[in-house]
Amino acid sequence: MDKKKPIKVFVQGAIPPEKIANSIANHQSKTNIGAHSIFLGQIRADEIDGKTVSAINYSAYEEMAENVFHEIREAAFSKFDITCAHIYHSLGEVKTGEICLFVFTSSAHRKVAIEACNYFVEEIKANVPIFGKEIFEDETHQWKVNK
Amino acid sequence: MKVTVKYFGMIAESAGRTDEVLDVVSGTSAIELKDQQVQKYQIQDPESVQLAVNQNLDNKVELNEGDEVAFLPPFAGG
Repeated sequence: MDKKKPIKVFVQGAIPPEKIANSIANHQSKTNIGAHSIFLGQIRADEIDGKTVSAINYSAYEEMAENVFHEIREAAFSKFDITCAHIYHSLGEVKTGEICLFVFTSSAHRKVAIEACNYFVEEIKANVPIFGKEIFEDETHQWKVNK
Repeated sequence: MKVTVKYFGMIAESAGRTDEVLDVVSGTSAIELKDQQVQKYQIQDPESVQLAVNQNLDNKVELNEGDEVAFLPPFAGG
């Protein structure tokens, strides 16, 4: 697999658990890998001023976001000795309890896989122009800000 | 000269639109355009708004004909 090829990151709606299982299965033929690290972001039912979040509606400056994702990949491959890395992020509505971010890094050994996975998550949260509208159960909303 | 302006998230909500083409005076900087639009659309918490000119996060550049200027609220990915 060409690690430099731009890969589509955004998926419409929640990331299905089957996609995660399939990703693991797809790497079983790559026997130089000794460790995978996976991060899954899940929508939390935050309570804010007595109202409960029921979903987040994600939007993005897609053209810039795809470029930033690519830059993060390039930086990760130069910093870490990883075999491969996959990132998926939701657009549109994702309900509480569903998965909105899936980062999957693989390496010969665990330490590199874990550090690279963490690097991806922190970079994505800080630098990718993605916006989240938190929808409450009464259908009002507020805009999410990463801490 | 004409520049394309894009609005996202809560800024698009304040502006009531996601994009528009603006005719700006030659020599206008990104930060000046930001100030104008913040006033025009009553954009809240302007310090938290980042501008991307042709996808580069830089408020200080002078704008050129055909530039794409994006008004970005705080990021919330993940």
